[in-house]
Amino acid sequence: MQDEAHKPYTEGPMHSTAPVIDPGLTFASVTDKISSIVLKRKTSLAWFFGFAISFALFQLMLLTITNLVFVGIGLWGVNVPVAWGVDILNFVWWIGIGHAGTLISAILLLLRQRWRTSINRFAEAMTLFAVAQAGMYPIFHLGRPWLMYWLFPYPNTMGIWPQFRSPLMWDVFAVSTYATVSAMFWFVGLIPDFATLRDRARSKPFQILYGMLAMGWRGSARHWHRYEMAYLLLAGLATPLVLSVHTIVSFDFAVGIIPGWHATIFPPYFVAGAIYAGFAMVLLLTIPLRRFYGLEGFITMRHMHNMGKVMLATGLIVGYGYIMEAFFGWYSGNKYERFMIWNRMHGPYSVYYWALILCNIIAPQFLWSKKIRSNLLALWIISFIVSIGMWLERFVIVVTSLHRDYLPSSWGQYQPTQWDWGMFIGTIGFFFTLLFLFIRFLPMISIFEMRTILPEAEVEE
Amino acid sequence: MDRDDIKLEQPLAAGDVAFPGHRRHAPPLYGVMAEFENPSDLVAAAHKVYSLGYRRINGYSPYPIEELSEAIGFTKTSLPLIVFIGGLVGALTGFFMQYWIEVIDYPINVGGKPYNSWPAFIPITFEMTVLFAAFSAVLGMLILNKLPQPYHPVFNLPNFALATRDRFFLAIEANDPKFNHAEVVDLLKSLNAVAVNDVEV
Repeated sequence: MQDEAHKPYTEGPMHSTAPVIDPGLTFASVTDKISSIVLKRKTSLAWFFGFAISFALFQLMLLTITNLVFVGIGLWGVNVPVAWGVDILNFVWWIGIGHAGTLISAILLLLRQRWRTSINRFAEAMTLFAVAQAGMYPIFHLGRPWLMYWLFPYPNTMGIWPQFRSPLMWDVFAVSTYATVSAMFWFVGLIPDFATLRDRARSKPFQILYGMLAMGWRGSARHWHRYEMAYLLLAGLATPLVLSVHTIVSFDFAVGIIPGWHATIFPPYFVAGAIYAGFAMVLLLTIPLRRFYGLEGFITMRHMHNMGKVMLATGLIVGYGYIMEAFFGWYSGNKYERFMIWNRMHGPYSVYYWALILCNIIAPQFLWSKKIRSNLLALWIISFIVSIGMWLERFVIVVTSLHRDYLPSSWGQYQPTQWDWGMFIGTIGFFFTLLFLFIRFLPMISIFEMRTILPEAEVEE
Repeated sequence: MDRDDIKLEQPLAAGDVAFPGHRRHAPPLYGVMAEFENPSDLVAAAHKVYSLGYRRINGYSPYPIEELSEAIGFTKTSLPLIVFIGGLVGALTGFFMQYWIEVIDYPINVGGKPYNSWPAFIPITFEMTVLFAAFSAVLGMLILNKLPQPYHPVFNLPNFALATRDRFFLAIEANDPKFNHAEVVDLLKSLNAVAVNDVEV
């Protein structure tokens, strides 16, 4: 029944190595296997263990925030001239991680990369949770976070309006739009799977819960038609959106006239960096997860290879960005720009700069080798190094640019305090808390989309 | 009054259909539902039913099947237009909100730049375009699909839970002008269906 023409998704022309999905799977087994993780499988001890650790770290975040709101942001190491410290770099780091989710779910959908199907749900959840962490930093950096609604244009008795010529206002709109659209995209993707869970759930509370979330979805052909159209349009909207978000984040820096910030290469280099960091995080999370939940048939070696390749490609773009930054500094002939580059390489924070080069340029070169891309442990370690590297990159951009600007009289030093680390580790805890809840209560792989890539989904007319 | 309490004593009259519980009167019929084991049978059946002139028909499947909506003659949706209008409204709202605030209601001179410094308004205009368009896509899809809809007759069919697993369904609705119960049942039975059932409202 299955002739060669009907196997485009299992064996692409370029990949004779691994299939996108285990060829032995059927509609029934895909449905049962993924939904049983949520509905039937006993919650493992490891899950409770992981959740407990994450939740404990999440308390650290709450403690930090409470203290911060009482004392003020002097608690963080920030002060003039380094008024943006680890908090703002963490904002950029988290939001960058989020971008891989949108890339996988929207851009790869438009490019008809069918392998995205088994990782998009998980990556979108990662996006949403990462953006939630990112959003907290600028809000608490305001100093008076309870007045954050002043950022939104609403008619008020003070008779004032926000200043729309400022990139910081652009940021408010970009990040809030991104969070909203990502949440909608994620929820729309979940509707048919909620219906699957509603029909599989045995206990009444879960039937009611998933039933309400499914909103009466019944898989009607007319519904599917509009649904597919809506999904495609959302993907088309999310694609320029994700590029705009990190572009605008880079404008926060590039519009300023600080040496090391004021560079035209920032938008593309930030976007590439975001995708780089995001894929590193997807690998960091999926490698243990697929093993723990036995999802090797869904997330195959093909996915690992592809994600490794995307990481390598974006890593090279980021490397090009570093080279161009140095080149611009030299070619500008401007002594402040030249000093900025020299200071990065030889100044008080040079350790961060060289560690960044090691993590972000040297480490990913191993991904040229197919052997290393096939070795999950090596891939995991490289992803971990890249995640650290992308954190260091933002440290170099934010801190080394600020601590030495035009006037030597306003030079200074910056050291993050324990509360900076408390907030960072705390948000990691919050991120994993949300992630653990997600993999326990929602299908982490899109069930209905997995059905579409099965060989038996092919209609013969 | 619970209709199920009435037990039918005498045999069914000619033309009556036996319903579970042997009610005296047939409950209002939503339609007849055929169940298939694979998507190809469903699409072939939908083609056949459509070509015979039935129009109030619908297919149900665990995943989107492009051929199926074509087979039941449903290929057009106004969703792209709705999203386009939503995006347009978003763009205009985004730009003119900033224009009105920065030029008319609260003009502030920033470094001698013109009040209508429109390039600085583009990022927010773009974000508002995407935001409005995305809301139009999601809400438009839900409203056109009449969701949320807590109750629908098709859920009365016990096997319909498999429509979200591995079964495929085709319904001919009772309000189709050509609908004749016996004919429809015979037709669906002849189309490779594994089961043909009545669906009550």
